[in-house]
Amino acid sequence: MENDIFKPENLVYTKTPVLNDTPMHYCPGCSHGVVHKLVAEVVDEMGIQEDTIGIAPVGCAVFAYRYFEMDFQEAAHGRAPAVATAIKRLYPEKYVFTYQGDGDLAAIGTAETIHACNRGENILIIFINNAIYGMTGGQMAPTTLEGMKTSTCPYGRDTTINGYPLNITDLLVQLKGTRYITRQSVHNAASILKAKKALKKGFQNCMEKKGTSVIEFVSTCNSGWKMSPAKANEWMVENMFKAYPLGDLKDI
Amino acid sequence: MKEEIIIAGFGGQGVLSMGKILAYSGLMEGHEVSWMPSYGPEQRGGTANVTVIVSEDRISSPILNTYDTAIILNQQSLDKFEPTIKPGGCLIYDGYGISTPPQRKDINVYRIDAMTKSVELKTTKVFNMIVLGGFLKVRPIVRMENVILGLKKSLPERHHKLIPMNEEAIRVGMDLIQKMN
Amino acid sequence: MAEEIQLLKGNEALALAAIRSGADGYFGYPITPQSEVMETLMAVEPWKTTGMVVLQAESELSSINMVYGGAAAGKQVMTSSSSPGISLMQEGISYIAACELPCLIVNVQRGGPGLGTIQPSQSDYFQATKGGGHGDYHLIVLAPASVQEMADFTVLAFDLAFKYRNPVMMLADGLIGQMMEKVVLPEQRPRRTMEQIKEQCPWATWGKPSSRKPNIITSLELDSKDMEQNNLRLQKKYKEISDHEVRYEEFETSDAEYLLIAFGACARICQKAVEEARAQGIRLGLIRPVTLWPFPYKAIAEQANKVKGILSVEMNAGQMVEDVRLAVKGNVPVEFFGRLGGIIPTPDEIVTALKEKIIK
Repeated sequence: MENDIFKPENLVYTKTPVLNDTPMHYCPGCSHGVVHKLVAEVVDEMGIQEDTIGIAPVGCAVFAYRYFEMDFQEAAHGRAPAVATAIKRLYPEKYVFTYQGDGDLAAIGTAETIHACNRGENILIIFINNAIYGMTGGQMAPTTLEGMKTSTCPYGRDTTINGYPLNITDLLVQLKGTRYITRQSVHNAASILKAKKALKKGFQNCMEKKGTSVIEFVSTCNSGWKMSPAKANEWMVENMFKAYPLGDLKDI
Repeated sequence: MKEEIIIAGFGGQGVLSMGKILAYSGLMEGHEVSWMPSYGPEQRGGTANVTVIVSEDRISSPILNTYDTAIILNQQSLDKFEPTIKPGGCLIYDGYGISTPPQRKDINVYRIDAMTKSVELKTTKVFNMIVLGGFLKVRPIVRMENVILGLKKSLPERHHKLIPMNEEAIRVGMDLIQKMN
Repeated sequence: MAEEIQLLKGNEALALAAIRSGADGYFGYPITPQSEVMETLMAVEPWKTTGMVVLQAESELSSINMVYGGAAAGKQVMTSSSSPGISLMQEGISYIAACELPCLIVNVQRGGPGLGTIQPSQSDYFQATKGGGHGDYHLIVLAPASVQEMADFTVLAFDLAFKYRNPVMMLADGLIGQMMEKVVLPEQRPRRTMEQIKEQCPWATWGKPSSRKPNIITSLELDSKDMEQNNLRLQKKYKEISDHEVRYEEFETSDAEYLLIAFGACARICQKAVEEARAQGIRLGLIRPVTLWPFPYKAIAEQANKVKGILSVEMNAGQMVEDVRLAVKGNVPVEFFGRLGGIIPTPDEIVTALKEKIIK
């Protein structure tokens, strides 16, 4: 009976071979898994697997290189845009992307992010913003919202102590070196379809010598936020989207 | 042959470039050379000096305690380097702004009023070449043809049209220098 | 191409030799006294001839990580800086060593600690030879003592780096960087083709063909058992380097009663001190370590048995002298003489120190 179902004509979904079978270490409900899949699918569909080099960050995605069937480098914390800069300059014919979290990109690596974008490096920066440090156990991120509780602001982010949530993507829009900046999410089917289109554009831009592409994914961290995955999605829509509204910020 | 030289004065007087042209001339002569500047933020007005060694043999230290020749372009440098000249060595100084002239009797002292002369000839840009001319008169360690080759090597191509002017300044210096003791 | 003799600063010779070595990329940030390296490269514009990439980064942090990226992709890349900038690079250097990436890092030392001075110094000896960054690793450390060696060691450094898949540091100083001497530049080597890179660096991230698994460059290993194996592999390599790559020079040692040990610029000044001492009838010799890591322990130990005393001369507060004492094992007196803060010792100061501390 069951064997009757496994027929080619009944097949509706195949995992892209650019993603391997290693079990992911991400928490159930985390946005990383979805974004990984989209990246792999886009690389697969564009036929650029052999010409793509990824840079993993320090943060939750530190092991990103375990999951992709692509050449990958693990960068020191915050330095992925510098690493990517060199690879792209030395191999202009390759697609080079970084995959970074909010602490990596917007705190310790702010200078590298801004200067790679300002030089207009022809790379794609994928930025996962979940407003918290997931890997180290839920500390405050530069993008943590006002009043939001984390282990290092247990009574909520107090702007008189911690300053304000850093909207780095808005800052990057101002730089002449950036050509495509968009803010996406992956919390439902419609947003996932949109996000995939954005990723495809970001990768295509790598060959057009017109500047840096940055795709921010406003994301959840249900473990760090101490919520169920479903509740985390709701909370993100209600709170995160206000501080980090979705949509294209720059496309030239 | 080995000539160990210190050239010292104010930044902006062409101390380092005089040393460079001298070193290049030595190179053209087929000698070993070294050029070691006092580097740093000193620009116009500060002090500057450079040690130049021209030798037939391999040069060991580019830094020295004592010198065969000191070419001195201001009072501070005179005070600092007069005691470091080897007995029998050579001191060449520009008299402009010197209030306390050299005192030593065991060295050969030469004066060259290159600053005054260069103002008179309206050629202050080649002031240092007048001084170099004076040095080459009393210490002919390199031939004029190799000095011209050295100038060519050390000046950027766009300045090569200035070489005749530099050459003339060197000749002026050769006539100008006078022995003081 | 006929060998042309030029008069160059050490920093200029380094830059021009880098192009001629077939380097693919230079990434740096300006700092005195080595800014002429990037200035020379930018003036020569090698990207128009050999295709070498030259980029001014936003910081030393960025430039060393650009080196990491380029080296991990199999390219022949380098950076240069001076002491404070090299301190900033230490995290990246540790990563590069851990990932076993070939590259060249040049430190044209200035006096520290802190912002210090811009004058020459050798006070980064410990940092260069004993680690610098975190973890158990070694750089191969070459100490040039002339402008010619600034050029020659650039080629040698890349050869050693690729031979052992290990970062090489050229530990120069402001004196060698700023002085001009005669130099014959190495012959132009062609940059490696993509095929040659693939053959020489099958481990690098130049894009995964269907014929192989992904190449991953990472130093992360959370399993301690595996991490210990990674460390043991590194240590095995360091042993091999120690066994095969020790380099040093001897001057006037055959009949020496006393010995100076000095590296880099100090070794040049000590040669003059040897000349001065011999003129006074003191039978003085000099050993100059050319590789500071691996250090010539054996050569120094052998000489130590023949002399009455050893003076280590350095432009620091006494760093290499610790390695000299390790080599000598107390068999003869070992003393130290140095000047600090950017002051260069003169030959007569060295002879005086020898008389006061060793001959007595």
